[in-house]
Amino acid sequence: MEIPKIFLGYKRENGRAGTRNHVIILPVDDISNACAEAVANNIKGTIALPHSYGRLQFGADLELHFRTMIGTGKNPNVAAVIVVGIEPKWTKRIVDAIATTGKPVEGFSIEGVGDIDTIAKVSKKAQEFSMWASEKQREECPMSDLWISVKCGESDTTSGLASNPTVGNLMDKLEPLGVHLCFGETSELTGAETVCEKRGKTPEAQAKFKKTWNDYNDFILKEATDDLSESQPTAGNIAGGLTTIEEKAFGNFQKIGGCQFIDVLEPAEEPTKGAGLYFMDTSSAAAECVTLQAAGGFNIHLFPTGQGNIIGNPIEPVIKLTANPLTAKTMSEHIDVDVSKILSREMNLSQAGDELIKSTLRVANGRLTCAEALGHKEFVMTKLYRSA
Amino acid sequence: MSNTDIIIHDEKDNVGVVVIEKINPGQDCNCWIMENDKSVSIQSKDEIPLGHKIAMADLNEGDTILKYGHDIGKVVKIIKKGEHVHVHNVKTKKW
Repeated sequence: MEIPKIFLGYKRENGRAGTRNHVIILPVDDISNACAEAVANNIKGTIALPHSYGRLQFGADLELHFRTMIGTGKNPNVAAVIVVGIEPKWTKRIVDAIATTGKPVEGFSIEGVGDIDTIAKVSKKAQEFSMWASEKQREECPMSDLWISVKCGESDTTSGLASNPTVGNLMDKLEPLGVHLCFGETSELTGAETVCEKRGKTPEAQAKFKKTWNDYNDFILKEATDDLSESQPTAGNIAGGLTTIEEKAFGNFQKIGGCQFIDVLEPAEEPTKGAGLYFMDTSSAAAECVTLQAAGGFNIHLFPTGQGNIIGNPIEPVIKLTANPLTAKTMSEHIDVDVSKILSREMNLSQAGDELIKSTLRVANGRLTCAEALGHKEFVMTKLYRSA
Repeated sequence: MSNTDIIIHDEKDNVGVVVIEKINPGQDCNCWIMENDKSVSIQSKDEIPLGHKIAMADLNEGDTILKYGHDIGKVVKIIKKGEHVHVHNVKTKKW
């Protein structure tokens, strides 16, 4: 298949392009959720992104909170942002960082004003932003404006056999076009960590990956009451035919095809070394991982599933594929791309990769994903440790 | 094209994965190697369900199981070609 050279996206002030055109109401903290949700209810064409944290965090955990908030606002799938927090200082810090993109952003704080008057003020600004964004038109953008993140979930043997390698096939075909790519899931690379390390393009990238994985493994060994052999693989994995953690990890690893990663990113960190594949240090929990990747600036997500994970994200469209014929049938409303014919040899990997590229472009051009149509908007902050 | 009963990821692999509901003892199975799109055949010695592995060669204790062309664990009990490969005869090298 000849790979298309363009997609239709929303060009942003900083040169990036979005596959979506959201106006978001972003609460800085848990107690500002009510105000943000009231505004999103008032003003059509806006979405609130409620979450559970943002108070009394400190150190690296607080930095991650800011990085996630700021990165979400900066994501090119977002046309304009309103930030609402209880106090002005942290609110302003987030607003100022998002403003560096050149997109419309405004901040409001609730203390000394109260919810009702804040909701009125924010609603007026949100209406202005929503009507402004509604005039944005899709334009032709080069494929290199696609920033694609990947994560698998509810995996079974069909994931490692077919749906993950299909994602790898897409990566092999799109990497030469200058696309940014991102994989994560530090914990579920256990067993494949030395092979994954060697996929680093430079000695620096390899050393960074090794340190990231070792830090994770040290944390597990410190917290674990026993080894993980009762948990990884799980009883369900074993029933499905997975024998060892190494086998599970290599199934996961199929998602990057033959690509090499050029850098290792902190959770929610934006890549700065140009086009190519990046590894991001993330949890293997689906909603946490995709939230971090979206905050890193990725604008479209591929999610292979075996048993049927149903995750979505409020700003980054999540395309699901499965090679499990039973899941494709019983959970069809969640599956954007069915590649189960790989198992019956009615489709080869390259054909499956082509199908996934076509579906990815349709979604990039505006087609709703199953998760979007079903209203999945899981926005889940990663918390590193207890608050002060 | 004949139906595929077993898929092998990499030409180097010494196990394949059953992709039909189950295979029966004595069944002649068609195997497809994804890496190079070649076909091979094998006779099963056990009943093996969907998603589970079959040995493509005789394996001794201490041998390494290769899947995806990589080390996924060690043999802890002799396995004959065509037998079921799982937690009863293979363990992780990790822990």
